[in-house]
Amino acid sequence: MVCLLVIIRKEVIKQVKLVRIFFRSIRDAVKSIGRNFSLSMASIICVSITLVIVAISTILAANVRNVTKSVENEMNIIVYVKSDATEEDVNNVKLELENIKDIRKFSYTSKEEMKHELSEYDQSFKKVLDYLDENPLLDSFMVYVKDIKVLNETAKKIESIPNIDSVKYGEGLVDEIARAFDIIERISAGSVICLALVTIFLITNTIKLTIFSRKSEIEIMRLVGASNSTIRLPFIFEGLILGLIGSIIPVCLSIYGYIILYNTLNGYMFTETLKLLSPYNFIFVVALGLVAMGAIVGMLGSVHVVRKYLKI
Amino acid sequence: MKFIELKDVTKTYKNGITACADISLTIDKGEFAFIIGLTASGKSTLTKLLYREERPTKGTVNIGGVNVGKLRNRKVYKLRRKIGIVFQDYKLLPQLTVYENVAFALECLGMKTTEIRPKVLQALEMVGLKDKIRSFPKELSGGEQQRVCIARAIVNEPKLLICDEPTGNLDLKTSKEIMNVISTINKDMGTTVIMATHDKDIVNRMKKRVLVINNGMLVGDYKKGSYKASEIG
Repeated sequence: MVCLLVIIRKEVIKQVKLVRIFFRSIRDAVKSIGRNFSLSMASIICVSITLVIVAISTILAANVRNVTKSVENEMNIIVYVKSDATEEDVNNVKLELENIKDIRKFSYTSKEEMKHELSEYDQSFKKVLDYLDENPLLDSFMVYVKDIKVLNETAKKIESIPNIDSVKYGEGLVDEIARAFDIIERISAGSVICLALVTIFLITNTIKLTIFSRKSEIEIMRLVGASNSTIRLPFIFEGLILGLIGSIIPVCLSIYGYIILYNTLNGYMFTETLKLLSPYNFIFVVALGLVAMGAIVGMLGSVHVVRKYLKI
Repeated sequence: MKFIELKDVTKTYKNGITACADISLTIDKGEFAFIIGLTASGKSTLTKLLYREERPTKGTVNIGGVNVGKLRNRKVYKLRRKIGIVFQDYKLLPQLTVYENVAFALECLGMKTTEIRPKVLQALEMVGLKDKIRSFPKELSGGEQQRVCIARAIVNEPKLLICDEPTGNLDLKTSKEIMNVISTINKDMGTTVIMATHDKDIVNRMKKRVLVINNGMLVGDYKKGSYKASEIG
């Protein structure tokens, strides 16, 4: 019993010590940022500038993606059912369409509905259609696919369904648009990734420089009997704090900048089809990403460089 | 009572230079020993082997029952906490004040602030720097910086104090003061002191055990007071 109590007491003391070292590390990190002010500023500015660039490219890429997606979503296949198809045949076509995985959604318009629509659209149509005894139009399906790349393929599949008169889609044009959008998306995603990598490299290097200048400090800490984790913690916090402070300006700039841009352009660029992403949610996700990037990269930079001098 | 035991210790650096060759010696608890020799004779390497900044290429270094050479890098801090080290170049943290520099050695241990304060003040009082606790190292003279270094070395009441040319950069008067402080620590706290130096005046005056190193070899081991320096330095 007594033995157990002693063990518990020892454990508690150990934990308390760890907590103490943890908070001291934060205090030391803040102190050392203040005392190495010019280098800290250099790190913060470097983080800020690179994150601003990342923010701009991310916003651009996301909007490009948004536009291509919305254009893609408008692309569809029109499926005409044979004129002699019965109601059951039409239902069979419906079932078949439901079974094709790549179809996102489809809607059915009967020839009567079509006639009505056309008549409303234009008087001359109405006259022609009224003149004819029989409705010359066909029942049709408007089919939307999940991905523009499979539009051709899906159209071919639909053609093979029985009782289909014809299938209309952009054919060659669709392919080209799909390819063009694909390239645009890849380029924008690629440039964001490249920029992010450059940023990581730049930030880690600046933080490395900040800490490199304190190589002797780490050696002294070791000589005095500081354990590796005790040495590392303040540096990790320092990297974290530098990263966080550095992300303040980019975050503010991207949030306010984007909202102002969105409002002045009334939500679209040049024409109404090129809609901008709505700032709410989107820009906050970007901001969160920037903060996380600053913090994590700052931390990793310092972990990496301290490890070098620790002789683990 | 044996405290430090070196057996056939050889240290050869990567560049092929052998700084210590087959050194065997023992030092008792509470003893005060000088290691003397010319520059580049291997004094510093010998002290570095003691605080495990270097590992012996051959042989064993035993301190208080621990085989120091076998210690893994990430366990070295445990040894360092039991040893106080005083350097020729002070090795103070430039952005910490005198108080913080000394307190740092205790903060590493996770000690409470209320425990740290009296210990630090006591150590600084012992070296006579209690009125400079808020100064930064660069605002102090060489002797004062060395005293801060000593205070930091003894604040955790180590069993062993290793001094590597502590008076190397100091004038005669200041050196004497530093030696008085170290000698007091040896007497009052019972700390074993090992001091590498090439200052013959100090060695002559202190009349302690003297180990003479030449070209990496232990060429003389003089008992307390039996050494009269003339040939070195």
